[in-house]
Amino acid sequence: MKEAPGARDYDWWLLAILAAICTIGVVEIYSATHGSALAGMHMKQVRWILVGVVLMFVLSRLDYHAIMDQAPWLYIAGLMALIAVLAVGHTRFGAKRWIPVLGEFLQVSELVKLIIIIVLARFFAEVRTDELSLQDLIKAGLLVGLPLVLILKQPDLGTALVLMPMLIVGAFLAGLQWKHAAVIVVLGILMLPVGWHFMKPYQKERVTSFLHPEEDAKGSGYQVLQSKIAVGSGGFWGKGFGNGSQNQLGYIPVRYSDFIMSAWAEEQGFKGVLVALGLYMALLLRLVQNAQRAKDRAGMFLVMGVTAALGFHVLVNVAMVIGAMPVTGIPLPLMSYGGSATLFVFLAIGLVMNVRLRRFVN
Amino acid sequence: MSYWFRNDSRLPQVRLAAASYVIVGMLTILLLGFWKLQVVDSDKYGQLAERNRVRSIPIIAPRGRMLDRDGRVLVDNYPSFSVLLLRDDQEQVEKNLPAIAEGLGLSLDDLKDQLDNTKALPKFQPIVIKPEATPADVAFIESHRADVPLLEMLMVHRRRYLPGGFMSHASGYVGEVSEQQIEASNGKLRPGDIAGKSGLERQYNDLLVGTDGMRRVIVNSVGKEMGRLSQQEAIPGKQIQLTIDYDLQQVAETGLGDKKGAVVALDPRTGEVLAFASHPAPDPNDFAVRVSKEEWQRLNEDPDRPLLNRVTQAQIAPGSVFKIIMATAMLESKTPPENFTAFCPGYGIFYGQMHKCWVYGKSSHGSVSLHEAIVRSCDVFFYNVGMRMGIGTISRYAKMLGLGEKTGIDMPAEEPGLVPTEEWVERVYHHKWYPGSTISVAIGQGSVMVTPLQVAYVIGGIASEGDFKQPHMLKDAPSVGEKHVELSEHTVEEVTRGMFGVVNEPGGTGNAIKLQGIEFCGKSGTAQMMSYSAASRLGLGKGKNDGWFVGYAPRRNPEIVVAAVVQDTAEHGGTAAGPVVRDIVKAYYDKKNKKNQGQITAENKGYELKNETRQVAEVAKVVAKPEEAAVVVPTGEKKSDP
Repeated sequence: MKEAPGARDYDWWLLAILAAICTIGVVEIYSATHGSALAGMHMKQVRWILVGVVLMFVLSRLDYHAIMDQAPWLYIAGLMALIAVLAVGHTRFGAKRWIPVLGEFLQVSELVKLIIIIVLARFFAEVRTDELSLQDLIKAGLLVGLPLVLILKQPDLGTALVLMPMLIVGAFLAGLQWKHAAVIVVLGILMLPVGWHFMKPYQKERVTSFLHPEEDAKGSGYQVLQSKIAVGSGGFWGKGFGNGSQNQLGYIPVRYSDFIMSAWAEEQGFKGVLVALGLYMALLLRLVQNAQRAKDRAGMFLVMGVTAALGFHVLVNVAMVIGAMPVTGIPLPLMSYGGSATLFVFLAIGLVMNVRLRRFVN
Repeated sequence: MSYWFRNDSRLPQVRLAAASYVIVGMLTILLLGFWKLQVVDSDKYGQLAERNRVRSIPIIAPRGRMLDRDGRVLVDNYPSFSVLLLRDDQEQVEKNLPAIAEGLGLSLDDLKDQLDNTKALPKFQPIVIKPEATPADVAFIESHRADVPLLEMLMVHRRRYLPGGFMSHASGYVGEVSEQQIEASNGKLRPGDIAGKSGLERQYNDLLVGTDGMRRVIVNSVGKEMGRLSQQEAIPGKQIQLTIDYDLQQVAETGLGDKKGAVVALDPRTGEVLAFASHPAPDPNDFAVRVSKEEWQRLNEDPDRPLLNRVTQAQIAPGSVFKIIMATAMLESKTPPENFTAFCPGYGIFYGQMHKCWVYGKSSHGSVSLHEAIVRSCDVFFYNVGMRMGIGTISRYAKMLGLGEKTGIDMPAEEPGLVPTEEWVERVYHHKWYPGSTISVAIGQGSVMVTPLQVAYVIGGIASEGDFKQPHMLKDAPSVGEKHVELSEHTVEEVTRGMFGVVNEPGGTGNAIKLQGIEFCGKSGTAQMMSYSAASRLGLGKGKNDGWFVGYAPRRNPEIVVAAVVQDTAEHGGTAAGPVVRDIVKAYYDKKNKKNQGQITAENKGYELKNETRQVAEVAKVVAKPEEAAVVVPTGEKKSDP
């Protein structure tokens, strides 16, 4: 009765959307770097994508139930990896986030994000009630809180923040009660000053420069200003491929990675943004649709965890590019250059495929 | 499957649907954000991007050159680089300042001072921190573009003047415009612009300045030039040709040498200024880059007043030169009549006070007529004339002939001199005119004051039968002012005969400097800076004099008139200033004769002139060093028997 899923069962629409986003990303990485010392970066990104696609297919062949079976061990392994990276990890760009794997540096926290998606899905799938009890909510919070603290230690505020929407979306779908939600919001607001106290100076600076950009004309205020100039000067039609002055002359900060949307918006204009954001909307809605058609709650939670993570990435990154949110260093999924981030997205999609492939099987 | 797994397919479809709406809402809001930036505010950001990308670098227009009357280069330009500091980014500037100071060999404190002083200027406007970059500076800037992206070089044209202060009071000098000049220019001048500060540089600034061009270049985020957008060429300033004759100027400069004084040579037929020298003369090449505060203060406080243009600004007593005005007035007003003679025992007593003649104690003039009084410069004769004429007539004729008012030469800040009148004394000193004062005025002492230019102008005008041409320095001047003073033929004849006698008759005060074959005429003057008695009371002996000589040739309707004054000299005017005048007049005739001969062999002339042009231009190219002033020696022979 157990039939191996065939090629027809893959979500080809989803793959097509991913392919389109990857293409945009590679094209814009090429445009942003071809004339500089970073030339050739787009080919490295293509390699990461190919590796990601292979991993995605591999992961999709494993039954997600089997993976979720191992959730406690994955969780422990994840925590240990985080501790290890703090102890022996590589420091790059002022943060200890990397461990060397096969000659490349991988960010452990990307892998941990994946693990937390699985662990949370397993946890919420085990909740049998329609309404999420306070007790379970606190348990879920602690489950996320532990790795979150370790990631903050690196420090990597961006990745740490991504864990929050996973928790919130999971709790919401598990039947979060409105009164609990209200209490969390109030608590969260009360906790803000405490959180401020624990922030690193550069993080504080990013927040202040977001709130008062005119006071910080160079630093991160400068970055956001240059990004806004790039986006705004692109106009409706854009300046054309390879013609964005902000991009080509290096005014956009990390134009091939965190601010790639800025480079894209400058060269392709609002019409290009419409295409890119349209693709992301299609991607996210398609993910939700996959969740809706999941065979069981476990699969649904898994897919929605991925959706929450990717949605948060898109929101925070794009909002940063247009100066609507502070600079956090969260990449734009599949457009920003980056090995670990690309692999994370494909592995996450692999989980989604996994769920989809098994929606009719029993 | 393990114990935890339950085939639970109750999915929270409502909440999943809600998630879809959240996604759509979220992306719509982001899209609206892009709409705001890219469609609503697109123009504003477009301009900001342009401002990022495009930097406008001025191309400084070269100032017009100054040529002498034969086309030889007197004032030229040479290219040089200024180092600009871009100040948009205060933090970067402060961080890099020590490295910049070290790299360019500047003092950090000076640099900081300069930044403080320019705080009021807009931030995007770069300031010049080093006006003349050395090759090492250029190398420093080029090699540190990436880590010190705050420096930029600007090609400028600097003024090159002939070395040693040659003609420097006539040419003037340029400098950075002052606040007042910027205000007066109606927005034409900006801070840091170069403009004429004195002399012809200032007078003809509007002609000499060109229009700066602009180069628009693309720069990357570290300020490196990546490409050129457009270039609007600079329009060079107009070249001006002066009436100055380089050869005569040369003679005037060497003639004055290190004496304090002034020489001016005019062509009274046209008003053209042929030579114009005032010593001491600062070398304007020293200010062409930037003059230090100390140097400037030193020049201003120097008791010899090197910044004073003595040709047009020194107002000094004319001494006996004034006797020509007295003689003209006497002949015209017939007060006293022409046959008036006076007896000179070496002094005279007027209004109860003894006035000495200049020969007092050595000899006396005896009985003198007007002609003898001019030739031998008898003071007593003119005391008597003055007493009979009265200050009213004296001042009327002095003013009529052009004293007491500016000649109108095309030079900034000319002084008018002073012709005293009864009204003037009442207005300034609040007392009646003392008739005794008239006696001093009659020999060009007392409160009468003239400039060397006025002396040349007035004597030239009288010798030209009352035709006065406004002195001017610009050749082919569009309009030259002129005035005619009605003088009788007899007056002109008698006065010029007197001045001819001064040089050419035995016993004439200028007899030592007569010139063979030239109708060289003139009048000496020795203005005491204090009275003989005061000087002897102070034990100063003869005291210090301003020695005058004004000479011209030929006797009637002269072609050249030269006035020279040597200040603080112990010598008589004929001895101190006479030879300077004589050498110029002689050089004028030597050149004229040479030219006349040259015209016979016409093809020679053009070649020779071209050669000379090159020579002067080459001299001008020599970087100004004081000792090289000696390189510029007059080419004309200097043999002249006294």
